[in-house]
Amino acid sequence: MCLAVPGKILAIEETKDSRVGRVEFGGIMRPVQLDFVPEAMVGDYVVTHVGFAISRVDPEEAERTFRILHEMGLLESEGLGSGSDSGEQDQAA
Amino acid sequence: MKYLDEYRDERIARALVADLHHRVARPWVLMEICGGQTHTLMRYGIDELVPKEITLVHGPGCPVCVTPLEIIDKAIRIASRPGVIFVSYGDMLRVPGSESDLLRVKAAGGDVRVVYSPMEALKIARANPQRQVVFFGIGFETTAPANAMAVWQARREGLRNFSMLASHVLVPPAIRLLLRSPQNRVQGFIAPGHVCTVMGYREYEALAQEFRVPFVVGGFEPIDLLEAISMLVAQLEEGRAEVENQYVRSVSREGNGPAQAIMQEVFEVCDRKWRGVGPIPESGLRLRPEFAAYDAEKVFDVASCSAEEPAECISAQVLQGLKKPVDCPAFGKRCTPESPLGAPMVSAEGACAAYYQYRRLAVVSQD
Repeated sequence: MCLAVPGKILAIEETKDSRVGRVEFGGIMRPVQLDFVPEAMVGDYVVTHVGFAISRVDPEEAERTFRILHEMGLLESEGLGSGSDSGEQDQAA
Repeated sequence: MKYLDEYRDERIARALVADLHHRVARPWVLMEICGGQTHTLMRYGIDELVPKEITLVHGPGCPVCVTPLEIIDKAIRIASRPGVIFVSYGDMLRVPGSESDLLRVKAAGGDVRVVYSPMEALKIARANPQRQVVFFGIGFETTAPANAMAVWQARREGLRNFSMLASHVLVPPAIRLLLRSPQNRVQGFIAPGHVCTVMGYREYEALAQEFRVPFVVGGFEPIDLLEAISMLVAQLEEGRAEVENQYVRSVSREGNGPAQAIMQEVFEVCDRKWRGVGPIPESGLRLRPEFAAYDAEKVFDVASCSAEEPAECISAQVLQGLKKPVDCPAFGKRCTPESPLGAPMVSAEGACAAYYQYRRLAVVSQD
């Protein structure tokens, strides 16, 4: 029920009452209310729940977190991960 | 899809699992609160990948599951009235009331419609001015701002034929109840990422401090959950009880200001009964008196209505992490998603339904 997915804003239509984005989710377009993310612009990703964007994805935070995770994954596959004594290594390599 | 696929990367998942094996020294019981996270854990078999020291139990975070029986009965009574268009999120249609469900009302000729967004319910109301359109407003803090916006917009437009049957629930009071229970065995929590996207996580800091229990706000992809588990285990092994945020790409400490503002304008906190759990003080949201004209319980006079839950269902213990779905003698036999005895088997995100979908064969082969 609390499912929410990130999609990319391709266009924004503003009326006197609301701000609605055309948002792409893996090739599918949907109208999304942008009332709760006044800072969101075309090109941003927004986390969307029941037709409303509830956050703008912070690209720097996502990038930073992901880089750390990715380095862990790479180190692991090189046999340098912290779990090299755990018995998981063979499967990962 | 960006911000989804990379959080399902198998190589990173393996590295995180390896790291967790390295990190864990003692046994820990962790709870993910949100049903969406339960679903991810089961779907990707994360509960079986983590070290045996870690026990994952599943929380009460499925709003479809915990919507009280009497509210379902009220929905059925309203939807059965001639002239009413009853509009709901799809998950609610199969939830059993005392004697029927909304799908059966529809089969018997009731005008029951499924929407993806509450704004679609407004559209239906605008297009059918001669009919009463009632929207079933359920959900946690994640959903409440969207539902609030629909009511707010209806009043702004002066729509006279739109109302909401509102039964919102709030996460922190349920966690407080669980932590106060002498039977509690949960030592660390994955806090619900989308609830916290809206509300922030200051309420969880108060819980962490009061009960000396760590929380990590987690996302919904397998990498998110593995990382959240790893952060929780690190806190527990080091003797810390803080609130940390794994889901930084969506969640801030303060949450979403505009979403909180509309919630507060339209709803007020009230006591709420949770299906399978019982009454929890100050754990719900209802429409403020200023919005009484949009309150379906007042418009349709269904306010007094009570119902008893089936005795055989152990959902109270499942929803509080005291038992697993497979511990129930009725699981997969007398209780299935097609014919559920209780709340957690109803919604796809209920813990029992998640076990039924992903673990049924394993359970049957053990019998």
